[in-house]
Amino acid sequence: MKVEIVLTGVGGQGVLTMASLLGRSAVRSGINVLVSEVHGMAQRGGSVKCTVRMGEINSPLIAKGSADCIVSTEPLEALREIEKANKDTVVLTDTNPVVPPSVVFEKVEYPDVDAILEEIKRNCKLYAIDANSLAKKAGDIISKNIVMLGALSALDILPFSHDTLLEEIRRSLPYKDINIRAFNLGREEILRRKNEER
Amino acid sequence: MEIVEAKPGETILLLGNEAITRGALEAGVDFATTYPGTPSSEIADTFSKIARYLKKKGKDVPFYFEYSTNEKVALEISASASLSGLRSLTCMKHVGLNVASDAFMTFMYVGCKGGNLIITADDPGCHSSQNEQDNRYYALFGNAPMLEPSNPQEAKDMTKEGFEISEKLGLPLILRTTTRVSHTRGPVKIEEIKESKKKGRFEKNPFMVTVPSVARARHPVLLEKMKEAEKLSEKSRFNRIIENGGGVGIVASGISVGYALDAVNILDIDADILKLGFTNPLPRDLCRKFLEEHKKIIVLEELEPILEEKLKTIAFDSGIKVEIYGKGSGHFSRLYEYNLDIVVSGISKILGVKNPLPDGGKTDLKLPSRPPVMCPGCPHRASYYSAKKVAPKDTIYPTDIGCYTLGRSPPLEMADVLLCMGSNAGMACGFARATDQKIISFMGDSTFFHAGLPAIVDAVHHNHDCVITILDNRTTAMTGHQPHPGSELTGMGEKARALDIEDVVGGLGIEHVETVDLTNLKETEEAFKRALDFKGPAVVICKHPCILLEIRDKRKRGEKIPIYQVNLDKCRHCNICILKFGCPAFYFDKDKNVRINEELCNGCGVCTQVCPFNAIEKVGEKR
Repeated sequence: MKVEIVLTGVGGQGVLTMASLLGRSAVRSGINVLVSEVHGMAQRGGSVKCTVRMGEINSPLIAKGSADCIVSTEPLEALREIEKANKDTVVLTDTNPVVPPSVVFEKVEYPDVDAILEEIKRNCKLYAIDANSLAKKAGDIISKNIVMLGALSALDILPFSHDTLLEEIRRSLPYKDINIRAFNLGREEILRRKNEER
Repeated sequence: MEIVEAKPGETILLLGNEAITRGALEAGVDFATTYPGTPSSEIADTFSKIARYLKKKGKDVPFYFEYSTNEKVALEISASASLSGLRSLTCMKHVGLNVASDAFMTFMYVGCKGGNLIITADDPGCHSSQNEQDNRYYALFGNAPMLEPSNPQEAKDMTKEGFEISEKLGLPLILRTTTRVSHTRGPVKIEEIKESKKKGRFEKNPFMVTVPSVARARHPVLLEKMKEAEKLSEKSRFNRIIENGGGVGIVASGISVGYALDAVNILDIDADILKLGFTNPLPRDLCRKFLEEHKKIIVLEELEPILEEKLKTIAFDSGIKVEIYGKGSGHFSRLYEYNLDIVVSGISKILGVKNPLPDGGKTDLKLPSRPPVMCPGCPHRASYYSAKKVAPKDTIYPTDIGCYTLGRSPPLEMADVLLCMGSNAGMACGFARATDQKIISFMGDSTFFHAGLPAIVDAVHHNHDCVITILDNRTTAMTGHQPHPGSELTGMGEKARALDIEDVVGGLGIEHVETVDLTNLKETEEAFKRALDFKGPAVVICKHPCILLEIRDKRKRGEKIPIYQVNLDKCRHCNICILKFGCPAFYFDKDKNVRINEELCNGCGVCTQVCPFNAIEKVGEKR
């Protein structure tokens, strides 16, 4: 068994927290796991990428075309990781752009969000959700990363149950009520979409 | 707090760096010192967190810990503890060992009593560093035994055993990690925490005073001890052959061990792996055996070809005919960090087999880059903005190591040259003599204490005409908000005498010094103007807490954070806020109107002073 997940977003959106919660859930389920993180200079508003590899693995980074899932808290960052995807990869991304200052100074436009999503769809399977709205509905936009985890838990990719993950959130995060609501809202959103697909 | 409360036998998820701290506790460490630096910081931060946690619970803290002024001081303090019979360690990033190297080289001659670890975290790929030097050379340079973990579990095991080895040899030992080991989380099996000693005793011995006659006597002793070390390396459980029944042999150390194991599975090849963890001195007999048993050897090591060249020497000395592939053969690079793609592709080329990795996804869209930037609300931005406004166009801006280095990016572009910690002030002195240009240099508060002082003394003594700016955000921000000599609390959470930067600067003899707060941009501009006009060295201290600490404290107190937005009725599209000030919370919307991203805005409100038309207004609050 081998499960490989790329977690990405913008510094400050809680990508490291997502990675750590997945890692802890794996250990609690007795599953081997390695999580790579970025710290320091790499965290100041730049792209933040973590990788989680579970099962029969010995190193933390994901090779090209090898991710089972790419979870992103920002659409541009999801597309930036497309090299890790193959046609069976599921990309789960939020749809709210965070425009980097470089668009002003490097004269590269932030692509249209729909164009970004189309590009992803051309390569693999896509679930795009407005996690900002769901997080606000849960009580605080800061819980956006937990909305994404809830959504991930409904994708049949994780090697442990969504209860294990929820339990870990309960155990290790503050603002429990908001975060649990956020998790459930994200999860329900994907379950609803999957129902529609049927 | 799981890392201290977990029971022996339990397996918990730890960062490589945290695992090192846990390993030290299990070894009964008495003393730990550091100067923070990515990717090493969490080793020390975990000591700090544990000390404060135990104190809060009313429990004894079993070790002494401090954030020292710099790495050299940290190593000296740790050396004293070791010479008093205590188990001690000091941890730092790779370039930190440059600062500590003067102490390190002669500490090896003196040797240690209580086990002593010098932990260096290298940064292949320069994720957060000014170079990617390979500190394994320090082990060779100073004749230090060295261990290199390949994952968090091994980081803990090697730390623990490192103390034993160090004591057995009477030598300080280098534990060398890289970013990918330090910043990878993995399962770690917890063992018993060993009781520590707390106080040692220093026994005098004339062989510790390294005058030339003593140094000449100690050097051969050191070389003898390293012969003993090689025997330990031969028997070490960290050096072993993982057999796979192959004619190909892969030699790997550090994180490359993991890549080697995964690559063998991905490529589906029969290759034996010689996994090296005790890498100085190398277990030459074990290496010889491995070389003899294989026709082809592939060496996997990041950065310099140290193992590769040693293996070639061993093969040559023993007359072993074997092909050795790696950097010398052009299959692997001396640059940056490795990953699975690089390792799989390199091995497949050497063996002439197909690379089975699937093609990754592709896009034709041009994606804007997203490099790290100074945070929304960062006080450094306001300092730079003010200085730039009043400085002549060709002013030179020597910079330093910290978040403020990010001020090199547009639109501020307030960083012209950087060498190392403290170099801003030394270079300001040099440019003041070498050119007729104006100079405004920048360093942080922690950097000021670390390595800024000697250059300021030089500026005073020689009357160098320059402006030296101290960006005092009350913390060591970039590495994760550690305290420094200007802080009110120590790393153990005890009250400390906070050195006042203005007093210190005055004490050094600087005659023109002003402290400004960035809540008033006009005043800050005036202060820079006066400093530029002053003949001789002048210091401006820009004092305002790091925005991340400020909002963290506000949240703790239950205070709301204001949200600002551009009032489009008042905005005249001069775009100064975006094109000159450049806070990343600003963006152009589809209609080219400037807007503020409320998710990013940290509510500092400085932009309201920047806007000439008062178009930026408070529109609400968030938590």
